Amino acid sequence: MNTKIGYAIALAFLLAAPFMVYPVFMMKLLCFALFACAFNLILGYGGLLSFGHAAFFGGASYITGHAIKVWGLPTELGLLVGAGSAAILGYFIGMLAIRRQGIYFAMITLALAQMVYFFFISADFTGGENGLQGVPRGYALGFIDLQNDLNMYYFVLTVFVIGFLIIARAVNSPFGQILGAIRDNEDRATSLGYDVARYKHLAFVLSACLAGLAGATKTVVFQLASLTDVHWHTSGEVVLMTLLGGLGTIAGPAVGAGVIVTLQNYLASGPLGAWVPVVLGSIFVICVLAFRRGIVGELQAFLKRSF
Amino acid sequence: MLTDLLGFPPQVLFGQLLLGLINGAFYAVLSLGLAVIFGLLNIVNMAHGALYMLGAFSTYFLSKYLGVGYWGALLLAPVIVGALGIVIERFLLRRLSGVDHLYGLLLTFGLALVIEGLFIKMFGASGIPYPTPPLLSGGINLGFMFLPYYRAWVVVASLIVCVATWVLFERTKIGSYLRAGTENPKLLQSFGVNVPLLTTLAYGYGVALAAFAGVLAAPITQVSPLMGSNLIIVVFAVVVIGGMGSIIGAVVTGLSMGIVEGLTKVFWPEASATVIFLVMAIVLVLRPAGLFGKTA
Amino acid sequence: MNILKKLAFGVSASAMMASGAAAEISDGKVKIGLLTDMSSTYSDLAGPGSIVAAEMAIEDFGGTVAGAPIELISADHQNKADIAANKAREWGDNEQVDVFSELVTTSVAMAVFEIAKQQNKIALVSGAASSPLTGDACIPSGIHWTYNTRALAVGTGSAVVREGGDSWYFLTADYAFGESLQRDVSAVVEAEGGTVVGSIKHPFPSSDFSSFVLQAQASGAKVIGLANAGADTVNAIKAANEFGLVAGGQTIAALLAFITDIHALGLETAQGIQLTTGFYWDLNDETRAWSERYNERTGNMPTMVQAGVYSSISHYLKAVEATGSDDTDTVIAQMRATPVNDFFATNGEVRSDGRMVHDMYLARVKSPSESTGPWDYYDIVRTIPGEEAYGPLSESTCPTK
Repeated sequence: MNTKIGYAIALAFLLAAPFMVYPVFMMKLLCFALFACAFNLILGYGGLLSFGHAAFFGGASYITGHAIKVWGLPTELGLLVGAGSAAILGYFIGMLAIRRQGIYFAMITLALAQMVYFFFISADFTGGENGLQGVPRGYALGFIDLQNDLNMYYFVLTVFVIGFLIIARAVNSPFGQILGAIRDNEDRATSLGYDVARYKHLAFVLSACLAGLAGATKTVVFQLASLTDVHWHTSGEVVLMTLLGGLGTIAGPAVGAGVIVTLQNYLASGPLGAWVPVVLGSIFVICVLAFRRGIVGELQAFLKRSF
Repeated sequence: MLTDLLGFPPQVLFGQLLLGLINGAFYAVLSLGLAVIFGLLNIVNMAHGALYMLGAFSTYFLSKYLGVGYWGALLLAPVIVGALGIVIERFLLRRLSGVDHLYGLLLTFGLALVIEGLFIKMFGASGIPYPTPPLLSGGINLGFMFLPYYRAWVVVASLIVCVATWVLFERTKIGSYLRAGTENPKLLQSFGVNVPLLTTLAYGYGVALAAFAGVLAAPITQVSPLMGSNLIIVVFAVVVIGGMGSIIGAVVTGLSMGIVEGLTKVFWPEASATVIFLVMAIVLVLRPAGLFGKTA
Repeated sequence: MNILKKLAFGVSASAMMASGAAAEISDGKVKIGLLTDMSSTYSDLAGPGSIVAAEMAIEDFGGTVAGAPIELISADHQNKADIAANKAREWGDNEQVDVFSELVTTSVAMAVFEIAKQQNKIALVSGAASSPLTGDACIPSGIHWTYNTRALAVGTGSAVVREGGDSWYFLTADYAFGESLQRDVSAVVEAEGGTVVGSIKHPFPSSDFSSFVLQAQASGAKVIGLANAGADTVNAIKAANEFGLVAGGQTIAALLAFITDIHALGLETAQGIQLTTGFYWDLNDETRAWSERYNERTGNMPTMVQAGVYSSISHYLKAVEATGSDDTDTVIAQMRATPVNDFFATNGEVRSDGRMVHDMYLARVKSPSESTGPWDYYDIVRTIPGEEAYGPLSESTCPTK
């Protein structure tokens, strides 16, 4: 019941947000929030730390950009192509990575994502360091002009809500529970007869696909795809967002993404301009040492203690 | 000859093999440090690249502010950076004992961001030159290539350190404690061995190895804040290929991956950055535990 | 929000009435939004130094233009085109920024161009390199000030061939920038009667260049052209030195190198390299005077990018002063109509494709014994006339020229 009220308030806020906050900024925030939520599916619920999610986020962002700009696909279809290609990429990377656990999993995803990075930097269609520029925003449903920031915002919000609902549904389904059982005790899940590898793989592909959807949406918002999106620092950033917001909580990663994107935005033009990496790194260290449940996790624990 | 068929005379290949070996020496020392740390702490040290960079910078500082030359730095820089490692272990990583090892990875990743960010802020992104020590400047013409003395020294020095580490772990009492610590720390503690101290020292030693590689690299590559950040990902792949089981495994994998990369630079230079990741993928399919790893 | 905006407009409108002189300056002030890389790869060659240069330009102008105050805001885009696009859009929408400045790295410049086009704002590019900024990707209100890849290619390529370096081998960074640089230089080399004997594509970024350098050495070419930038160039030069390329009689031509790169390499390693630059602090009394002032504030000597930021902002402010307006079309027209004359450029011309055409300089890096003090790095070998460096307007592929 409480969570429903919480969601209603959050949704009301998001609907009203573009009238209070700069809409393009809000769109970026939503894209990263979806990215972090998708990532949380594999880390928070699957217990697997992927350090290569930028490959899906950035990869889809290039594919979508190319599909809309060069192939002339309508915006929605472009997003689907991007998310679909991220799922395919996730299928192959996942196939290799789930052969190992824990820190090996992290290193393998990192290394494979770096390979994807090198592919995109030297592929002709990405424009290398110039990035893929001038992607048209197009029309939603064929008639809503997305060049208008407000229209674009509600389009992004719709994508976000759909993505979020898919994640929430997956987490609360039997699939999500089995995933949790595997995370808590893999041997036990195996002995209960579950095909552990298949569940992990499926979760990985779903996570990759939605991360791709987030990256694809970001391309449409900013009308560009760039190397930053596939760089491993982006993989690190999404870990930070998820950790800061709260691992394994539904809303946590979105909150974490909100905090980090806001910080990046405001630090950029303030006197701390040149200190962004140091500030982010420090937050990382503090989070890990003192604050492992994250913002939402700590909040939940506080509410539990108080009521 | 196959090599002639491919359009490359054998001399060129010899040269590239040698160069690959030199790069492999760096991979070996770095992955060795990771393996030592992993052995006792069970964490992946994401700050390894940043500490490698600190080793190179210490070399520069020692010469600029204390007048200590290359040879002194070769000894002092690992000690200084290793001491920093001990501080990091004692005051930060220690607090994470008992929680998931992934947090150790995340903590060291955060540290890497802080260290690299601070150095960019203080010394700029383009870095600082460090000269080749006079004793090793110049080189020798091997007939098939010109080999700078310094590069030859890199291989020799790396091998000495690798062998020394092997002796330390396999042939000394501390080494046997360390190995026992990786297998069963509780039992070792009950025998009256100070395991936390051992852990701290192991981290310090692993970090010192990274710094040592940094000193070796200083005259070759630009001493700059980001010099370790991309290199370290390749080293991770090397570690996955070898499996972090043994010291010899880390060294052999490091050297051979250097050679594989060196050959790729001749036959398909564009792919030389990705070839190690490809090898990793193949190894994972055929032998998920890595070439030298114990079962997964 | 809307009420607030109207209120703000009302206040500034009354301020305008009061000052009178600023009748045509929208919102009563001229606002410059400077986007640069403060914390990453390009922070040395642009970064904080370009903010200092912009501040100097504003101070030297007296802090006001056409009776209206000049304001500077800056942000760190962290080398991320989306952050740059977001900031630029926000500045345009909410901060009434009139002109975007600096914009190092082409992905950022292109992203901001897109926004400048949509919002009809002026974009003064100093840091980015790509020639297409005044070609296929040009916008009517964008000006590319300091240099571009074509100018570097022509400058270094033709000069080196004329000095007898007629066979070339390229070390090329394997991405769009490296390839276009190699293409431009090859065209020039062949037009001057030289030959390109081969090239090797290296991954970007690479840390070890020994293998590539050996292959270049084996090619027997007289000139090794480095079609890469930043750390790659620096490391390639180091390796070339170590493996005795220069000692063996081959010449290295760095196709994109800044004075900060030479500073980072040290003269011992960098001596003898040829490169093209849009500015050198030790050219004449004027450049020395300005650079000394810059040096007092930063402790460094300016790169061409930083000097270009000063020059482009000054020229912009002069145009605003002359027309009494900050309307984009009016100011751009005035900037094109007036020649650029300052310590940076003599009779520079802002063309309709957005190119600021000015003389470039071919430099040879001094040896440690030739250098008389800190930052005394270049011998200027030749002044390359602007038209030759940037090509005639008729060759520009800009659709709106």
